[in-house]
Amino acid sequence: MNHSSAVWPARAMASTLLIAGFALLSGCWERPPVNTVQSGIRGIGSQQVINPRLDAVKYAKNQIPEPIPPADADGPPATLIYQNLQVLKDLNIGQFTRVMQSNVQWVAPEQACNYCHEDNMASDAKYTKRVARRMLEMVRHINKDWRSHVGATGVTCWTCHRGRPVPEYRWYIDPGQSAESGLIAGNAGKNKPSTVAGYSALPNDPFTPYLLGSENIRVQATQALRGTDFSSIKQTERTYAFMISIAQALGVNCNYCHATRALELWDQSTPRRATAWYGIRMVRDLNNNVMVPLTSTFPEHRLGVLGDVAKIACITCHQGVFKPLYGVSMAKNYPELYGGDHPVWETHPAEAPADASTPPAAPPPSSAPVQTPPTAALVSPH
Amino acid sequence: MAEYQNIFTRVQIDAPIYPGVPLPRGGVWARKGGRFIHLFGRFGDAQIGPFYLGTTGLLSLICGFIAFEIIGLNMWASVHWNPVQFVRQLPWLALEPPSPANGLHIPTLQNGGWWLLAGMFLTSSVLLWWLRMYRRARALGMGTHVAWAFAAAIWLMLVLGIIRPVLMGSFGEAVPFGIFPHLDWVASFSIRYGNLFYNPFHCLSIAFLYGSTLLFAMHAGTILAVSRLGGDRELEQILDRGTAAERAALFWRWTMGFNATMESIHRWAWWFAVLCPLTGGIGILLTGTVVDNWYLWAVKHHVAPIYPYVFPPVIDPATLPGAMK
Repeated sequence: MNHSSAVWPARAMASTLLIAGFALLSGCWERPPVNTVQSGIRGIGSQQVINPRLDAVKYAKNQIPEPIPPADADGPPATLIYQNLQVLKDLNIGQFTRVMQSNVQWVAPEQACNYCHEDNMASDAKYTKRVARRMLEMVRHINKDWRSHVGATGVTCWTCHRGRPVPEYRWYIDPGQSAESGLIAGNAGKNKPSTVAGYSALPNDPFTPYLLGSENIRVQATQALRGTDFSSIKQTERTYAFMISIAQALGVNCNYCHATRALELWDQSTPRRATAWYGIRMVRDLNNNVMVPLTSTFPEHRLGVLGDVAKIACITCHQGVFKPLYGVSMAKNYPELYGGDHPVWETHPAEAPADASTPPAAPPPSSAPVQTPPTAALVSPH
Repeated sequence: MAEYQNIFTRVQIDAPIYPGVPLPRGGVWARKGGRFIHLFGRFGDAQIGPFYLGTTGLLSLICGFIAFEIIGLNMWASVHWNPVQFVRQLPWLALEPPSPANGLHIPTLQNGGWWLLAGMFLTSSVLLWWLRMYRRARALGMGTHVAWAFAAAIWLMLVLGIIRPVLMGSFGEAVPFGIFPHLDWVASFSIRYGNLFYNPFHCLSIAFLYGSTLLFAMHAGTILAVSRLGGDRELEQILDRGTAAERAALFWRWTMGFNATMESIHRWAWWFAVLCPLTGGIGILLTGTVVDNWYLWAVKHHVAPIYPYVFPPVIDPATLPGAMK
């Protein structure tokens, strides 16, 4: 009919506009494809959501730099040549130089040696040098004492720094609501767009209680009826925000670690939950024993609003990936970052023991062209 | 030429303002006023008013306005009275209940006092509006079905806002006034109590919620479909079942074996709608006061199935000997 054919283009346009408007309005809208990969028993929605287009971008951003050729094992100890050596005393001169070169590549590629050193290399005048020394101690501490979290993969400066003097992902204590006057209601540290918790209105600093303090994260009762657990809803909101921040940091869904129908139950969780459990303790240890004591070492412009030091969260290393750098071990090429009493130090770097509990989802080496990144969701039924 | 043969028509009636049925007593002043709005006539009755405000209506609006202002001004203050940020962040802003440590004590204004005041005024407003619904229905010689349906919704609101928090011993258990914050509260509530989907009253509430929309669509569809046969005159068809009612009934018996009647369909709809907040409120009331983990409750009562494990057994690291805190 003439009547309807005249109306048709107008209607099509109107519905197109409507759909476009809806797409624009929904801020979290993500352009397809949005794929899912099974990560648990079939049929119960136990799957990871994956967007291959965005994953390819992320994969390209999380590559490791070409390793510097290994140092000659023979050579005079570095302590014979350099003064004021406090951490890397066990290295020979070749190994020591290699670490210094790597530091430039990983942390201060533009500023180079002068970022930390005065003309007198032994001088501790620059705060950056005093921080860097503590950072090297920290890397060795992680690789040696936190194998429960980092496994045999280990960490290097690159894991967090990625060529930046200050790691991109860090956090400061949220100053909270600065009240206009005493009559205004407080917001309990929430009710603002929380960038660390998926843009929810949940607490925007879920780190202070758990990654600085050791507040109880578990809020679910372990029996059906009342009597054992008295956690409040507000505690739960903090836990929830913290868990979202981990999911964001790792680029995974809740069910990467949990059975979402019974979040608390360990016998229904995946083994990754235990790895994460140690990770939380590791970050707490590093924040309290490495970062906080460095507060007075940093100049004021490096500190937060409350004068607190920059701190570590899961995202500092993970940067949106389930395993930092897709589980590629850089540290195995750098035995210098382990310290003398570590097995890696005694064997050839390439023979670093594989950790059975963390099956490597090994992507191709960095020299290979970027292709489909490994996914976080591969099930390995035993 | 347009004909007015059917109430589902595009024809708008243009007639003097209809003041309503004669009443045995009172309400005369309220009969004044009223006008026609053509646009409204396209969706419902074109006649707007006469409007009855009355004492309860007036008090209800005042209380509601006070609650609205307490909530809104505190939200605005939380963005330092910046109008642009107020609009941008509005979905995130909220008026927060007191901290859990406050228990059931009267809190200071900063720590939930405003929330308590807003809740008090909002409750007063809603209860006064309920009274107004009840009294207006009575004044018209109607039944009070609408008021009692409204009461079911008020029940759920009061369970969430005051009854359960009082039973739990903390105002901090209540829901914040805010768009996203109240949704975050809902998610946290489910997380805290071991997954509300295993709460049987939650199941019932959802069944009645979705059932209500289904019934609404089925009923509206049926009546529209037989309106050409006079089915839109439902009350007449109840009294004197004509071909419209017969066809509608046969349609449902053909397609699903059973039909509601012209009369009973409205009881179906009313009860489905009312039972949604009624059962939901019971589910909320039992959560935390009686049941602490709905998933474990469902396991205990053989409701939740067990799925095969695909991962090696995982042990809580906190239970290992010499575990760190």
